[in-house]
Amino acid sequence: MNYLYPRLDLEFETRNLKLFFSIQGGDFTKAGLLSSEVKKVLKQLNIENKTIKSVVIALYEAEVNVVAHAYRGTVDVEIDENKITILVSDEGPGIPDVELAMKPGYSTASTSVREMGFGAGMGLPNIKKNTDEMWIETVVGRGTRVKMLNYF
Amino acid sequence: MKLREIATVLNATISCGTERLDEEIEMGYSSDLMSDVLTLDTDNLVLITGLVNLQAIRTAEMADIRAIVFVRNKKVNQSMIKLAHETGMCILESPYSLFKSSGLLFQAGLKPVY
Repeated sequence: MNYLYPRLDLEFETRNLKLFFSIQGGDFTKAGLLSSEVKKVLKQLNIENKTIKSVVIALYEAEVNVVAHAYRGTVDVEIDENKITILVSDEGPGIPDVELAMKPGYSTASTSVREMGFGAGMGLPNIKKNTDEMWIETVVGRGTRVKMLNYF
Repeated sequence: MKLREIATVLNATISCGTERLDEEIEMGYSSDLMSDVLTLDTDNLVLITGLVNLQAIRTAEMADIRAIVFVRNKKVNQSMIKLAHETGMCILESPYSLFKSSGLLFQAGLKPVY
């Protein structure tokens, strides 16, 4: 993902930065890689540590969700003067009952996901906790889109 | 408590971050469940865990946790060491159980998160 850095320098002045990543479902060895890249970018932009932590925790939870539940996904990050907007879209099973999925402790994660230390039913509630605004769109059998917004 | 003291109390080997042993750590949190670690609001803490995989290090990175003790004599692998180096993580390995490690550190003055 070295391409990030030239791009970052290029758009530094306008402070309107767009990043794009893809995620492979089921591949836990790479889970967290893109959250880590976003964290580095936010640090370079001198965003407050507390805000960075909230953003990357929400993004990491979303990334783990895609790895744990979906076949593949994409992440669009847009950073401007006063906010960061992240859209995580996946092709996957979708969420039949969003209200239930938002309930702390409710989980449909497999045993292998739980063995990785996740799948405790805290992902979506923790995204909500760590973002200023959050939207979920989901179609069963097609996939899920989670949009997250944090103000600086 | 300094990381160096934590290593001594836990009879731990230091597999990454030897240059940071004089750093002060205020609190400890023991968990094999990374989902719970990600809900913590504090960050000057050491994570004590028996979950030995890349995600334990990734979780610590995201949560601004800068030191991890792996207990139950579990050994980190090369890709974990590499990630720990990249993220500036201090990694300790202790032969003791999660219960014993937590108890010893609590007794030595490390504070709980809650």
